[in-house]
Amino acid sequence: MSDSTDEVRSYTVRLELVDEPGALLDALEPIASNGGNLLSIFHERGNLTPRGHIPVEVDLEATPERFEGIVEALRGAGINVIQAGAERYSEAMTVVLTGHLINTDLSDTLSRIQEATNATVTDLSLSAPEGTEDASSARIRFATEQDAAQGVIDTVREVAADKELRVIEPLGPGGDL
Amino acid sequence: MRLAVLGAGAVGSSVAELAADYGHSVTAYADSQSAAVDPDGIDVERAFERKETDGIVGEDDPEAALDGAYDVLVEATPTTLGDAQPGFGHVEAALQRDRHVVLANKGPVAERYADVRELERESAGTVLFEATVGGAMPVLSTIDDFDAEHITAVRGVLNGTANFILSRMGAEGLGYEHVLAEAQDLGVAEADPTFDVDGTDAALKGVIVANVLSDDGTEYTLADADVEGIQDIEGSALELAAEDGRTVRLIAEVVGGEVRVGPRLVPEHAPLAPTGTRNIVQLETEHAGRLNISGRGAGGPETASAVLADVGRLPELQ
Repeated sequence: MSDSTDEVRSYTVRLELVDEPGALLDALEPIASNGGNLLSIFHERGNLTPRGHIPVEVDLEATPERFEGIVEALRGAGINVIQAGAERYSEAMTVVLTGHLINTDLSDTLSRIQEATNATVTDLSLSAPEGTEDASSARIRFATEQDAAQGVIDTVREVAADKELRVIEPLGPGGDL
Repeated sequence: MRLAVLGAGAVGSSVAELAADYGHSVTAYADSQSAAVDPDGIDVERAFERKETDGIVGEDDPEAALDGAYDVLVEATPTTLGDAQPGFGHVEAALQRDRHVVLANKGPVAERYADVRELERESAGTVLFEATVGGAMPVLSTIDDFDAEHITAVRGVLNGTANFILSRMGAEGLGYEHVLAEAQDLGVAEADPTFDVDGTDAALKGVIVANVLSDDGTEYTLADADVEGIQDIEGSALELAAEDGRTVRLIAEVVGGEVRVGPRLVPEHAPLAPTGTRNIVQLETEHAGRLNISGRGAGGPETASAVLADVGRLPELQ
């Protein structure tokens, strides 16, 4: 691996959007047109910033050079970028939980993990083929700070043990092996 | 070399059958009830026929095989846990007679590694056990070539049955029970697949690797491994993983003095996500990056090849 500026890294951008139709789409356009690869969008509906705007968290991949262009383009389009950079969330990590996820309050499970760590859930996919009473599975992607992935895994394990859920962990903290 | 082959299952019988091909003779062949012993070499075909028709391999007692003339004892009786008997006793008897031992039986090196090494130190014989980890794949000899000191981690898919089940579940969206039944019909899973699916078999192999890598004399046994199986993996978990370009594999991992076996998320096209019964071991080396060894991790002739490769590595006895 080299430290060349051509290397694609992942970034998290926090945006404030006005509550108007099309605002999200307008915000994503500068990312795509400046060579960013969108990984996930976390739209915090119902949660308003002090200015009454809607906070949106966007994970994307880009080279450092392109990332600068993206932030400039966003600002140029009048979009409020509250935080941008790799320093906040630089690692993505995926786990799968299985078991009685619904009966054990999935939203409480996620809150406990997020409260105990600095991780943010950026993607959640649930599969409950037999209905909510039976065992189901959830795939959860967390964005974590650099080198904090192991701490998140440990917390996921603890909470899962508490609720008798099964954790399928990624191989290696980043899951890239 | 003259071989005494203990164990007449898939591996033992293949060793006896292939020995001549590798320039060796079989001077004893035994199952748990009987033995064929001849210092000039037994008639292997005849022993197979008798096993088929009379249920015995020859007229001698199994003990006679241990006491007979041989250079190398090939221990291919079933793996047992705890005191690893009777396999351990066979190793002991051969080493006390200053004979070499080649193991296909995982028990002695997974459960009583320090005892085996102690016996070996006092003997003119050498103990090799390539066949105990990864069937035909040269895992232990590669670790030996690189020197355990320069290997920082070993990860792998070391159980073909579990891998077959997980890859079928992932590919076909089928449930665990359904795929297990199919695997049993195909002969990929045994009637009692417990050790394959609960992670024990992969853990024994991980423990053996940990013993080989151990640089401070720490001995590992199955009790030191953190083991989870695949029995309660939901089909929906594999589906969700696939949507994200990943899959689930039963991975044995030896790193930092810890042995861990459990289902893990791996990228779908990663080396550590083989399909079917294929095995793979990934060595993380200090100076040469990652090294992948893949191939057939089980089977009579496959495992026998590893046994015979070990025989070829042994020094001539004085």
